[in-house]
Amino acid sequence: MALLSKKDQGLLLDPLADNNPITIQVLGICSALAITAQLKASIVMALSVMFVLALGNVVISLMRNIIPSKIRIIVQLIVVAALVIIVDQVLKAFAYELSKALSVFIGLIITNCIIMGRFEAFALGNGPWRSFLDGIGNAAGYGLILVIVGFFRELLGSGTLLGFQVLGDPIQKTGLYGMGYENNGFMLLSPMALIVVGIIIWIQRSRNTKLIEEN
Amino acid sequence: MINTNKNSYTLIFAVVMVLVVGSVLAFTASSLKPAITMNKKFEKQQNILYAMGVNENVEGSAIFIPSDSVQGIFDKYIKEQLVIQNGKITKDSSAYLIDLKGELKHDVENRKLPLFVGEKEGKDYYIIPMYGKGLWDAIWGFIALDENYVVQGVFFDHAGETPGLGANIKERYFMDDFTGEEIMQDTKFSGITVAKGNNDPLNERKDDGKVDALAGATITGNGVTAMINSTVKLYIPYLKDLKI
Repeated sequence: MALLSKKDQGLLLDPLADNNPITIQVLGICSALAITAQLKASIVMALSVMFVLALGNVVISLMRNIIPSKIRIIVQLIVVAALVIIVDQVLKAFAYELSKALSVFIGLIITNCIIMGRFEAFALGNGPWRSFLDGIGNAAGYGLILVIVGFFRELLGSGTLLGFQVLGDPIQKTGLYGMGYENNGFMLLSPMALIVVGIIIWIQRSRNTKLIEEN
Repeated sequence: MINTNKNSYTLIFAVVMVLVVGSVLAFTASSLKPAITMNKKFEKQQNILYAMGVNENVEGSAIFIPSDSVQGIFDKYIKEQLVIQNGKITKDSSAYLIDLKGELKHDVENRKLPLFVGEKEGKDYYIIPMYGKGLWDAIWGFIALDENYVVQGVFFDHAGETPGLGANIKERYFMDDFTGEEIMQDTKFSGITVAKGNNDPLNERKDDGKVDALAGATITGNGVTAMINSTVKLYIPYLKDLKI
């Protein structure tokens, strides 16, 4: 990591744990809830957000001195929307199958509050390179939680991981199912994502003393 | 340093921004359009072929003919493309490009219904396109019948059903269940019902016109039932003419 100064490293690594956008700032919950029923969808969403957030942060940062403050939110919105449409079109032209798999998520990226949050809180006041690192870091922190939640929801809800039946076949009753194990259909419903996120926050807070507020 | 708080500056900035973003998007869209149209054409061919069992399925996953070779394979297996309009059946080699969603909105006289006749290993397949509503958005697909109205294969797709629930209509374990079911019961059209409590997960009873529903996807399942019943029904009078 000699490439990056200590401060830059912090931009990249802080959002993974101590300043995680989902578990600490409680942003981006909506998409964490909507798309984590499968691990694959979680990974894909995490990568798409990373792309849009890093690029959007750079664009906003480059324009930070000329954006009129009265309409800055609208400008940010236009930048996200334009980036998302371009990504969508390029995927449709050159990676059609992937774009089919992503269909719902592409639209969801625009509504992700982490993106607007980082534009507003970071990119408007910092240079392009650091904004880029901040974008990558925050998207990685977001993606990490998505993947954890997706892992547990798919494993416990469908008995599969990335589509592979890791616990045996529920219809032929092989593997764990042979011993009477059943999938928990509850895990596929959105509220269970919140409960899993809650458990993650609980574990994180109980292990990291920095996060415990004094009464 | 420019005063970015002036009203005139804000206004000019907004106009310039809209123009720049607008032209960038217009440029992207128009330069990528041919490639996108091509991809959509291939996708339709892949879907039609999938329904008649021309695919590269491996174990549990549904895999299409690759898009770079699909045109040739489509021409090989689909021997006739027909258009049904106002009681008349005509041949049309670009019938697969007809957008069923738009046609279903037209009056009966102006409605063009595409139908594909495929041949594989000496056997005829009649492939009917379908279009309907799921929980969140559109669902569509193709159903392949043989001359006895027995389903030979189906393909479903959706615009935005819930991942892990309704979106699973395009998974093989759901689509494969339809194969072998009959859409006619005693010479009357009955369609196929996506049934809850069917209690037949391996779909061993083929004569009941029912397949197992997906857990947690009631409305998408009902949408599939409604889609099959409403669109396939339109074709029944003509299928008899074709000596199906």
